[in-house]
Amino acid sequence: MLRFLIRRSLGAVVILLIISAVTFFLFYAVPRDPAMLACGKNCTPDALEVIHRNLGLDKPVPQQYWEFMSGIVTGRDFAQGPCPAPCFGYSFANSDPVWGTIVDRFPTTVSLTVGGAVVFLVIGLGAGMIAAHKKGTLLDKAFSTGSLVLSSMQIYFIGPLVLALVVYNLELLDQPQYVPLTEDPAGWFMGLLIPWCVVQIIFTANYTRLARSSMIEQLQEDHVRTARAKGMSGRTVFFRYAWRGSLIPIVTIFGVDLGSLFGGAMITEWTFSLPGLGTLAVDSVQNTDLPMVMGVMLFAATFIILFNIIVDAVYAFIDPRVRLS
Amino acid sequence: MTTLTKEADVPAPRGGEDAFLSVRDLYVHFATEDGTVKAVDGLSFELERGRTLGIVGESGSGKSVTNLSILGLHNPASTEVSGEILLDGQELTGARQKTLESLRGNKMAMIFQDPLTALSPYYTVGRQIAEPYRKHEGASKREAHERAVEMLDKVGIPNARTRAKDYPHQFSGGMRQRAMIAMALVCNPDLLIADEPTTALDVTVQAQILDLLKDLQQEFGSAIIFITHDLGVIGNVADDILVMYGGRAVERGTVEDVLRRPQHPYSWGLLTSMPRLSGDVNEELTPIHGTPPSLLSPPGGCAFHPRCDFAEQVAGGLSCTVDRPELPPGRSAACHLTDEQKRTFFTEQIKPRLG
Repeated sequence: MLRFLIRRSLGAVVILLIISAVTFFLFYAVPRDPAMLACGKNCTPDALEVIHRNLGLDKPVPQQYWEFMSGIVTGRDFAQGPCPAPCFGYSFANSDPVWGTIVDRFPTTVSLTVGGAVVFLVIGLGAGMIAAHKKGTLLDKAFSTGSLVLSSMQIYFIGPLVLALVVYNLELLDQPQYVPLTEDPAGWFMGLLIPWCVVQIIFTANYTRLARSSMIEQLQEDHVRTARAKGMSGRTVFFRYAWRGSLIPIVTIFGVDLGSLFGGAMITEWTFSLPGLGTLAVDSVQNTDLPMVMGVMLFAATFIILFNIIVDAVYAFIDPRVRLS
Repeated sequence: MTTLTKEADVPAPRGGEDAFLSVRDLYVHFATEDGTVKAVDGLSFELERGRTLGIVGESGSGKSVTNLSILGLHNPASTEVSGEILLDGQELTGARQKTLESLRGNKMAMIFQDPLTALSPYYTVGRQIAEPYRKHEGASKREAHERAVEMLDKVGIPNARTRAKDYPHQFSGGMRQRAMIAMALVCNPDLLIADEPTTALDVTVQAQILDLLKDLQQEFGSAIIFITHDLGVIGNVADDILVMYGGRAVERGTVEDVLRRPQHPYSWGLLTSMPRLSGDVNEELTPIHGTPPSLLSPPGGCAFHPRCDFAEQVAGGLSCTVDRPELPPGRSAACHLTDEQKRTFFTEQIKPRLG
């Protein structure tokens, strides 16, 4: 297990290095000068040069990359002052520290993701398993059709629709917002209720279908028949023998989904104007804000890789045939 | 139940009510998108305690389906089972799931063909063996584990105590099959159904497993149904043989009868298609020509007639293409040929080829 973790962590570092390099150099392929942004309307060539120097844009690209990357580990000194590690630099757009902004935005994304995941896992897996158990019945067909319809929906369509109905017409809830959990748990819950339900609709639909199909597949396995031949009750067969095997594809997809959701649910955050990592990523790309883009990219990538490692470790717990070495 | 009323089936009253396992007029039909598959189409047989019945036939002849329906393992939504299955006087067709659950793994148990897929990869071998013991005997976790170790030891797994904590993938093929047998025998079942238990194993391991089954039968006095398509194996283990074709029994008799003096042209085909150790290696095997019958629309009359070399020899107004031959009680074959013809054809044409 320890060897597995060490090996995978080293691999993760390599992947992150590649991602950072690709992002960094691609950014310079964009025909847009980030200094123009800071320079404003009445920009003179002289002022532009000063800004270039301040932002470090006058140095060669590889050197800039090296300074950026080493800053993450050791911290850097800027004209504005020292930037302690992990230093991702300052935003080109508003001079806020990148790391501080990410740390500020992250709780919103975590709240949205974790709450949504709880809802879509419980409802999705539940509905999928019921459908598998009642395979071929009207209930199964209703669940299957429903999940197909819902998974074809889009958040930017359902979101405003729910808002219009629940918030503006029926006035049941307030406009979604993020209130820190530590400040006001009830406000946190009520503020995120609509985004949770909307973000989970598509996921729920997908997990329903996934759980149904992998459960049905497992129920046809020989070893499940053996369990029945041993006289195990229907419940034991379903929950102990078939369920265990059906978890593997679910865990795989769940790891990928959770990893990318932690990097920011862009559309959902955008739809409900929630200040999470997703909106941050969209804004910084629009502003050609290189340090911010790099910061968010690497942060999100770290989560995706982290959840991949977790998924592989979880496999070993589910299936004894998987060896982590 | 049109199939039941359509034709008069002759039951096999041999053994009568007191037989330990009695299957009468068993029909197992599956509803599929293409139509009704008549997997078992009027089957009757009986089995006494301490005896072994070998069921022989090619793939799709209904061997496995018959035995799965004894255990009640078919999906009731798509399967229609009718007829009688009496185990020790208890009716199993149409019995409640709870009743069947209390019998499965307890009074009747099954050994499956492929021990790799038939054991759960997620639980230790010991736990899988202990589970039915806990359920049926009400044993504690510890007692059941002890019993599992004892059973593993009995089926010849070395270091049973340590190996009980292993997972099936850590076992070799032969050991997995032994574990499967230990699992089936853990509650001393009165009826043991072995569905091609040695097919996935190499020949030396096969012989060990067969010996093991025989020893265990002597110890527990169980009745065994041994399903196989391997006539070499059946001669070793069975007391009686039932030859199945197209979902029906076509020949019944003792091992000696069926292997030495077979009466049905299908049995002749099975025997002549078998390679002989003493034979010339260049000698060509003679397979039964044609393919097994479609169970969706089986041939009229005798299901074997399209593949039978002797169909033209039938005289006396009976036609193999129209009249379905019945299997009379006792030692018999379901064939329109006269006893005289069966004897003559066998001694003159078949026996010389068996060497």
